[in-house]
Amino acid sequence: MYSEKVMDHFKNPRNMGEIENPQGVGTVGNAKCGDIMRMYLDIDEDGVIREAKFKTFGCGAAIATSSMATELVTGKTVKEALLVTNRAVMEALDGLPPAKVHCSLLAEEAIHAALWDYANRHGIVIEGLKEPVEDIEELE
Amino acid sequence: MKPFLYLDNAATTQMDPEVFESMKPYFMEYYGNPSSIYQVAQECRRAIEDARQEVAAVIGARPEEIYFTSGGSESDNWAIQAAAQANRKKGKHIITSKIEHHAVLHTCAYLETQGYEVTYLDVDEYGIVDLAQLRESIRPDTVLISVMAANNEIGSIQPIAEIGKIAREYGVLFHTDAVQAYGHIPLDVEAMQIDLLSASAHKIHGPKGVGMLYIRKGVKLMPLMHGGAQERRKRAGTHNVPGIVGFGAAARRAQAGMQEAMERQSRLRDYVIGRIETEIPFAILNGHRTKRLPNNAHICFRFIEGESMLILLDEAGICASSGSACTSGSLDPSHVLLAIGRPHEIAHGSLRLTLSDAVTKEDLDGAVEALKGIVARLRDMSPLYEDYLKKQQEDAYVQ
Repeated sequence: MYSEKVMDHFKNPRNMGEIENPQGVGTVGNAKCGDIMRMYLDIDEDGVIREAKFKTFGCGAAIATSSMATELVTGKTVKEALLVTNRAVMEALDGLPPAKVHCSLLAEEAIHAALWDYANRHGIVIEGLKEPVEDIEELE
Repeated sequence: MKPFLYLDNAATTQMDPEVFESMKPYFMEYYGNPSSIYQVAQECRRAIEDARQEVAAVIGARPEEIYFTSGGSESDNWAIQAAAQANRKKGKHIITSKIEHHAVLHTCAYLETQGYEVTYLDVDEYGIVDLAQLRESIRPDTVLISVMAANNEIGSIQPIAEIGKIAREYGVLFHTDAVQAYGHIPLDVEAMQIDLLSASAHKIHGPKGVGMLYIRKGVKLMPLMHGGAQERRKRAGTHNVPGIVGFGAAARRAQAGMQEAMERQSRLRDYVIGRIETEIPFAILNGHRTKRLPNNAHICFRFIEGESMLILLDEAGICASSGSACTSGSLDPSHVLLAIGRPHEIAHGSLRLTLSDAVTKEDLDGAVEALKGIVARLRDMSPLYEDYLKKQQEDAYVQ
């Protein structure tokens, strides 16, 4: 049911773990529906994401999309990271089963939540970034 | 295919070699339609009647009270719809439980759209129905009580004899979905005063696609399937001869080995539950410790989600199942786990291991070792576990 890439990212997740004193951290999803994603970002003075890490409670797809999302945002500027959409995450994983598309939405939302936190801490406004919804259910 | 350890015997079982042998002649040698007149058909008829006796004997029924169907779901659908229809002059109220199989729950939901009222009995924290609530729920217009013999997820065994007694006392028909219990634990339709009982062959090492409905003599039910005169005009359709023969052989095998299998499997069940509870932190047993199917171990692991656990177990060559949302295709976890009071986030981390005679203690030792690593690995990834650990540290600091 999962593509080889999803299985690879699930079994060998990239960037799993925490960042101590991150520049931004965001948690989205809810335990009720079975997925919670937390993303940590380390962002330098030039606004480039040096490191991204994640922790996820959820199914295989939730873990794989988190892993892929951290890979896709690493090395990007904050602005570029906003372009990492759920579609981009899905495509990078060679697709997801229809019932798991919400996991990619969660990944996009986790990036936004971490960036929102970063912007708040530094008192800056990131153009195009909206306040993330904590409960992904509201997006569907 | 790589070798694997099969711990999902509540989903289906491996066919027993002797059962398979018994079926073989009925594919190419005795292929006649049992409704025909010539000798090859007569042999098929005889084989069906032999099977009917074997299947009936497991529950102390008479052969003529057994009606072969395509499986447990058909039997449940038939029993409930036909019992409701047959008694609609008396009333349109049905009593069932919150933890039934979907074959029962969805049939009841369908009947609700047809003007029936359904009471869904609560269960206690062990997944066992409340007899007092059952008694209180019976009304003059109640036409059917349908409560499963044993739960397919958490293995809880219901007080079937007591339910049968109450149903009889109030003159209400009693159906039990015995798909998980049939051939696994003793059932007696007389002693337990059961009027209708559903069972399936593939849960007892028989073939898939065949089951039966026991209908007590004197209980009038409309056919669900209309057509030919098979099954005393109650269930039309050419007989699945090899399937029915296999069901008979599987029933005989289950009946002969039941006592020994119950003792052996419940010992192994308690062993694996014990090892998990002592060696894996935050593991919660679901269901009753003793009033449970001999082959069922069902556990929630806090802070992790079931589907990811199943995929990693599969990688380790272990087949199991879970009641997480991700394995059911919906966002809600198992209705059974919610009914016994597990909160959503804990219900998502459930694991069901169901044994068979082929499973050994060494197999289970291997499974527990694999499981320890998998649970630890997923907890390491879990933000819920991270939050829990941080809170523990803070609390310790405050103290």
